[in-house]
Amino acid sequence: MQRTDAVPQPATLPGLNRETIVNGMVVAALLALPLWAFSVGEDYYVNLASLITIFAIAGVGLNFAIGQGGMVSFGHAAFFGIGGYTTGVAAFHSFEETLFIAAPLAVSGTNQMLLIWVVAMALCGIAALAIGAISLRTEGVYFIMITLAFAQMIYYFAISWPAYGGEDGLSIYLRNQLPVMNADHPFTFFSVCFVLLLGVIFISAHLSGSRFGAALGAARMNETRLATSGINPFPVKLTGFVISAMITGLAGALFAELNGFVGPSMLSWHRSGEIMVFVILGGVGRLYGPVVGAALFVLLETYIGEWTEHWQLLLGFALLGVVLFARGGVVGLIAGKPRHD
Amino acid sequence: MTAALIFEQILNGLQSGLALFLMAAGLTLVFGVMGLINLAHGSLYMVGAFCCAWVTQQTGSFWLGLGGGVSGAAAAGALIEMLVIRRLYDRDHLDQVLATFALILIFSEGTRMVFGSMPLYLNIPAALSGSLTLPGVEAYPVYRLFILGAALAVAVLLYILIAKTRLGMRIRAGESDREMIAALGVDIKTLYTIVFALGAAIAGLSGALVGALRSVQVGMGEPVLILAFVTIVIGGIGSIKGALIGSVLIGLVDTLGRIFLPVILKFFMENASANSVGAALSSMLIYLLMAGILAVKPKGLFNAAN
Repeated sequence: MQRTDAVPQPATLPGLNRETIVNGMVVAALLALPLWAFSVGEDYYVNLASLITIFAIAGVGLNFAIGQGGMVSFGHAAFFGIGGYTTGVAAFHSFEETLFIAAPLAVSGTNQMLLIWVVAMALCGIAALAIGAISLRTEGVYFIMITLAFAQMIYYFAISWPAYGGEDGLSIYLRNQLPVMNADHPFTFFSVCFVLLLGVIFISAHLSGSRFGAALGAARMNETRLATSGINPFPVKLTGFVISAMITGLAGALFAELNGFVGPSMLSWHRSGEIMVFVILGGVGRLYGPVVGAALFVLLETYIGEWTEHWQLLLGFALLGVVLFARGGVVGLIAGKPRHD
Repeated sequence: MTAALIFEQILNGLQSGLALFLMAAGLTLVFGVMGLINLAHGSLYMVGAFCCAWVTQQTGSFWLGLGGGVSGAAAAGALIEMLVIRRLYDRDHLDQVLATFALILIFSEGTRMVFGSMPLYLNIPAALSGSLTLPGVEAYPVYRLFILGAALAVAVLLYILIAKTRLGMRIRAGESDREMIAALGVDIKTLYTIVFALGAAIAGLSGALVGALRSVQVGMGEPVLILAFVTIVIGGIGSIKGALIGSVLIGLVDTLGRIFLPVILKFFMENASANSVGAALSSMLIYLLMAGILAVKPKGLFNAAN
């Protein structure tokens, strides 16, 4: 992603490096698939594209924490799930016409997606603030395990709390509504997800290029040096972690809408691993990496899954291959080393 | 609520804690010596349980099965160390997490292809299937006491191995300075393979022992793996003493919390909601314990790694 503000560009053609071209093609392909499917009336493929888009949003969130902030969170399923459960619980109370909280303040459910998104992201932000405040006191392998453990804590809570389905999860009988549009229509829903994906990519790129992003990047590379230059790394990293969690939480809310269901599996540590796989398959720190990673993951699951039920075996080998031999991920393989201009 | 019940629950907590120690010991050993975070440790636990179940089925002897479980897990550990893990020592933790996550997928699907999705059942051998009368407890299963004893024996053997033998000396030396020990002529590659296989063997033993108590199935290692992570984070990564204390702490807190939290809550609220709140809270209790300990000591109780 090229920045238009700040320093003058070098003499090469600005913005037209290989990564930018790859990014453009990825976005075009992601738009072309559902457009084609919509034109021939194949809703299945439109929903597949929505799934890729939603996973990509989740990946963009985690990529911000890992790629920009160097915070290897193995617990982002927590935020994915909190986003999902916000949607599920809001829809549940709206459908049943009951109150979520009766006293001291009456809070009812809602079927308005926009409101749900705001609430979902706010809740994820609050959860990330608490989890991050404890986890970021540690670093390295401790951080990985602690984020994992906190996600498990929320997972077990969801399983053992019977009010919202417990282990069985919660069905969303009617998809929530958007103003003006008909969100029930698969292509409309895809378009909404697609615009949101472009939005979070834009925000992520903009933040990475800002003063805050520079400080976060410096915290990744050398915390001591950042501290020496007068910036306390802790609040910078915590803010980065919260932003990352909110983006992933939005993806969770959309995922619940797409499936019409939320369950503890959204919170399971396999989900955390998968979100990480989107980031790694695409390439850590690459702006569009999660889009590529999510697309590969979903296509692999769909097509190899049709051919053999043991597709996870192949996914395992593919992932092992990427980690051991292709460290820049797929975007890195195609587009070469990242350019720092 | 009698003293006997409390005593019995404390025994249960100790037993599950010590079984957890078997998992945590291997994890923390591998991290302490090689600096590697190994998610596939739960898969080795599963391999141990499946090998034990298979050998027991074939031979009819639980003891041969136990041997098969331990050696199967050790062999699987040595194999993945030589093929994959060895390439990860110099990588950052993110790469280690992903590569070992990939190994979990491969192990789980591979096992499912061989044994299918149905759980296998291991029968407890006749000699251990009875129950004992303990002071205050009518009938306590012998097998649970056996697990408790076996885990304690492993803890003692591990201590002797690391503190008293030449191999243990090399392991400790490798922990503090791997370049120096290599320069002194120790074959560090083989040493690492041995350490990894040792951790795998203990995990396999744990899987085989616990597998007879519950069922042997794909994915059985994952909840234990995460508990083991919590354990070594509490104890301090790399410290075997920390793993022992952490696992007993977790075993006790988890077991006692599940029994007594709903009882305590009944003083404050009505029965039905005390049960559901109690269940939800007690499933979170060990994580809250972890958060509390880390808030005070970010590097765990007995930090050995740094």
